Amino acid sequence: MDFLALSPLERQYEVEQLLARYVHCIDDDRLEAWPEFFTRRCDYRIVARENAERGLPLATIACDSRGMLEDRVVSLRNANIYGWHRYRHLVGSVLLLEVHAEEIVARSHYAVFRTRGEGVGETYSVGTYDDHIVFDEGQLRFRAKLVTYDTHRIDSLLATPL
Amino acid sequence: MTAFAFDLPWPRPASGCAVPYAVFTAQEVFAVEQARIFRGPHWSFVGLAVEVPAPGDFKTTYVGAVPVILLRDRDGELVVLENRCAHRGALVCRELRGRQSRLACVYHQWTYDLHGRLLGVPFRGGIEGRGGMPADFDPAAHNLNRLRVACLHGLVFASFDHDVEPLEDYLGEMVVASIARLCARPLKLLGDQRQFMRGNWKLYAENTRDPYHASLLHLFHTTFGLYRSSQQGATLMDPRHRHTMLYTKAATSSATVDAEVYQDVRSYDTRFKLADPSLLAGRKEFDDGITLVILSVFPNLVLQQIANTLAVRQLCPRDAASFELVWTQFGYADDDAEMDAIRLKQANLIGPAGFVSMEDGEAVEIVQRAVAEAGDAHSYVAMGGGRAEDAAHLVTESAIIGFWEAWRAAMGVPES
Repeated sequence: MDFLALSPLERQYEVEQLLARYVHCIDDDRLEAWPEFFTRRCDYRIVARENAERGLPLATIACDSRGMLEDRVVSLRNANIYGWHRYRHLVGSVLLLEVHAEEIVARSHYAVFRTRGEGVGETYSVGTYDDHIVFDEGQLRFRAKLVTYDTHRIDSLLATPL
Repeated sequence: MTAFAFDLPWPRPASGCAVPYAVFTAQEVFAVEQARIFRGPHWSFVGLAVEVPAPGDFKTTYVGAVPVILLRDRDGELVVLENRCAHRGALVCRELRGRQSRLACVYHQWTYDLHGRLLGVPFRGGIEGRGGMPADFDPAAHNLNRLRVACLHGLVFASFDHDVEPLEDYLGEMVVASIARLCARPLKLLGDQRQFMRGNWKLYAENTRDPYHASLLHLFHTTFGLYRSSQQGATLMDPRHRHTMLYTKAATSSATVDAEVYQDVRSYDTRFKLADPSLLAGRKEFDDGITLVILSVFPNLVLQQIANTLAVRQLCPRDAASFELVWTQFGYADDDAEMDAIRLKQANLIGPAGFVSMEDGEAVEIVQRAVAEAGDAHSYVAMGGGRAEDAAHLVTESAIIGFWEAWRAAMGVPES
């Protein structure tokens, strides 16, 4: 796919569809399919904005391969202990910042509402997605996805990815 | 010290130790802790010196539940001030971090120097002969409250009690040596993570003094073959049992012993292999072979080495049922690019999303929820023999018992 050959409307549609599929995958708890949204070598990072704004490199989750994403899922399913919860991601304000023949750079806003075991909901995480999107092995994938969260005081813990 | 402000009967089981759940839930206990521990003769950790590298740099944080400012003055000295205007009590610094040549309260523009001395009061002399402060107003009597400060290898501690014993005496030999081992080189800041836990801060103090849970709650170790309780390790305390050091040495465990020990334990599962084991790629950094240190310093600090991750964790109690845990990860100023990359990748292990730490948030909260209305009920702590003794192993809760001895001594809770 040559992104430059698409109309602006088509590009916007493709990117928003990818983002929608991505958040539905997580929110439907189909985590085993989640790594497939990324290229084999990738850069997935969840970073507190207080670090990003100081130029500090620490990420809360940092994966540089699809294998690391798979390990995260295996660990969540088999090793880690955390309370039952469900996410609903809302993604919006999707801006295509750069369009190249083989890559689109997009920024969007996200908010995640988390419902916990007793049915209590809360705004869990709010921030931005900075995505580098490529056409890879027949589908659109994230070569890089940087999740920068404004809500830097994480409530309890972070298990399910953002 | 006056008697404890209210009745807190302390059960004495025939063996082991019992902790009444009221210590985790009663707001009265929290209030006495603020006075006797956090504003009392103890040293609280407030940050790393490298967080405020230049004159005027400040960060806001807490000692107990009290907001304070850690800053560096014009001469490069570290200063900690209570973040409360001497006039009407407003926060003087409202930002998390910044750089200021002086401190000004936005409410009425009372202005202080970097030592907290009151410099100016607007309209002190009134306007056109009207208003103004009384003639006997003495600015020197209205400074910001300045805490005592001490810095050890870049770790900054503060105390409200100016008569507190010197920091190194307070910490004791074991803690001083352990801090020196990890921090006696210039540090490089990697970043912060903040975690809000809906539980009492002492549940986390127990957690970091509890090697018993490590391989049972944190299953990542065992699932992927990182850590076994049968590894060589130890549980050590200072003579007053305030502080605890847990450590393990790698590669002293055998597969046969593991299989026996974990025969009936749900966490033992070798079916899983990491798809990308680069997570665990590390570098040997210390000649002593120690790959894991959890150093808990009373009341509010944990200094840790887990493989190549180095971090301080600062406990900021908010009320009886919640606290914030601030993780500050660091490396060394002379780390090369590869070492930076190792530390940042291994950072996946720790913090609020850490493979080997996220469970502590859950553990703290499930206790808090269960003990919220527990009446006179209490826990039972006896693994390892039920006494506050050092152990040359990790199958023990002795350091938790030590913590409660130290807590009761600090709080003035008598034997009942």
